[in-house]
Amino acid sequence: MTSGTTPEQALDLTAHEQGALLRSGAFTARALADATLARVRAQEPALNAYITLMDEEARQQADAADLRLRAGDAAPLTGVPVGIKDLISTRGVQTTAASRMLTGFRPIVDATVTRKLREAGAVFIGKTNLDEFAMGSSTEHSAFGATKNPWDLERVPGGSSGGSAATVAARGVALALGTDTGGSIRQPAALCGILGLKPTYGRVSRFGVIAFASSLEQVGPFARDAEDLALLLGTIAGHDAMDATTAPAPVPDYAATLGRGLDGLRVGVPREFFVDGMEPGVREAVERAIEVFAAQGAIIDRDVSLPSVAAALPVYYIIAPSEASANLARYDGVKYGYHYESDSMWNEMEQSRGRGFGDEVKRRIMIGTYALSAGYYDAYYLKAQKVRTLIRREFERAFATHDLLLTPTSPNVAFRIGEKIGDPVAMYLNDLCTIPVNIAGNPAVSIPCGFSEGLPVGLQLISGMFEEGALLRAAQAYGSATDWHRRAPEATREGASS
Amino acid sequence: MPLTDDEVRHIARLARLGIEDDEVARLRDQLSTILEHFDVLSTFDTEGVPPTAQSFDLANVERDDEPRPSVSRDDVFLNAPRSEGPYLRVRAVLE
Repeated sequence: MTSGTTPEQALDLTAHEQGALLRSGAFTARALADATLARVRAQEPALNAYITLMDEEARQQADAADLRLRAGDAAPLTGVPVGIKDLISTRGVQTTAASRMLTGFRPIVDATVTRKLREAGAVFIGKTNLDEFAMGSSTEHSAFGATKNPWDLERVPGGSSGGSAATVAARGVALALGTDTGGSIRQPAALCGILGLKPTYGRVSRFGVIAFASSLEQVGPFARDAEDLALLLGTIAGHDAMDATTAPAPVPDYAATLGRGLDGLRVGVPREFFVDGMEPGVREAVERAIEVFAAQGAIIDRDVSLPSVAAALPVYYIIAPSEASANLARYDGVKYGYHYESDSMWNEMEQSRGRGFGDEVKRRIMIGTYALSAGYYDAYYLKAQKVRTLIRREFERAFATHDLLLTPTSPNVAFRIGEKIGDPVAMYLNDLCTIPVNIAGNPAVSIPCGFSEGLPVGLQLISGMFEEGALLRAAQAYGSATDWHRRAPEATREGASS
Repeated sequence: MPLTDDEVRHIARLARLGIEDDEVARLRDQLSTILEHFDVLSTFDTEGVPPTAQSFDLANVERDDEPRPSVSRDDVFLNAPRSEGPYLRVRAVLE
């Protein structure tokens, strides 16, 4: 990084490096926004990472950032381009949840996380693609077409926040926001070879985030190093009067947790996350990562078991669809959203919903409605909530004697587009290692830990409630000892040349 | 126990979800497969275990009821599919 760095070259850097260059006057925020938009636009035909590009807003925000930069009033993210998952409200800018139901919908308020980024002076490049209403693990369930994995355009980027992961991996933007209900930040981060963090439930406001499963989901950052994760998390975290489920606890200085190394960290390796079906290349990469942790002074404990994790998938696929069936009841075609004209009120409502929602969303509404219906509530929903307690207790016990749990993020690398779309259960198995964490509520991060057959593998670290600092500390230390997070896919260079 | 076509139609009705005849069989098979995977829950002993609705202990969040400006009517109508003057337009509820 020198004063001779051009905005185009800066696209390959991290957000904190971009911010430092902006503050040093190496180039303007406007020049960086233009370079970002040019590369993103060049990559779009191949990646389809965005639903809406925000050229006009981005340039306005960049010009405003330049005023702050010149006045010496810049925050670390002032002038830094970011991508925002299209589940998160941006005032006046189409927010679709990748659904026909919300195509053309323009929110009248910003989500709290959007507002915080705006106040920090970040520049919004666009709204990123996702599985419809965040329901999916591949970003194939989008009304705007599938996003492609920059490491192999025949493969999925993971999901549901696949657009955010793909554009960060392809060096379009250095930072993006995602949401994680069962792995929707961590799994695409793993499949795209970048870092992604799901905060503790209640750490980040959900106000203005289109609701899917309210007791499970959190907004979180995608980035290419731990310092950037800390920067973005610190910007969006905190109590919000508009979201009663946010924790009234101060946000620590996450940057201060970096640089402390792995020495003395007690790391548990729970055996239930190393399932029979996991790919050998994923297992090898995770095993090598464990060796790095041990070599850096972490105390590895392989005698850790969380037996109730075996129930996590069914618990999730009862609770999440149940909450979704209630949350998505608001889409009636009257106040906003897709409307189908018909001859009676009920017919209009049923047709608006039947035609406005895609297959996976309808499937989940059906599962949730069934699980909550008379005669099945106790056997499904209530039983799932009780088993949820068992899972939570096992995590609590594990963190009484460990600082971190270490697992693979996904049992497999990126799969081929179309490979699992017809088999919902095979698709759901992708999130085997990430779902238990949402059920318990703990924070977790996925970090790049190697490759299997040329495709990125992700390592998941889980910590105690509100202990995001431990995750960032470990991610930064591991990143210093390895260079997996610095590998860039070929798609970057294609986009960079134009 | 696999779902029947009638059960699928009943659930769709409860959810006010219009589904076509050709979707019924597909949903019946897919939902039945998914429900099968839920059976494992019965093997977990939850006698005396309280349910978890939310993952950390925070209850009865209250605030003072202070008046403040509401959103404007123009904003509310911005995304309405059909409106007429100061009203949302809907089909007759009672026929």
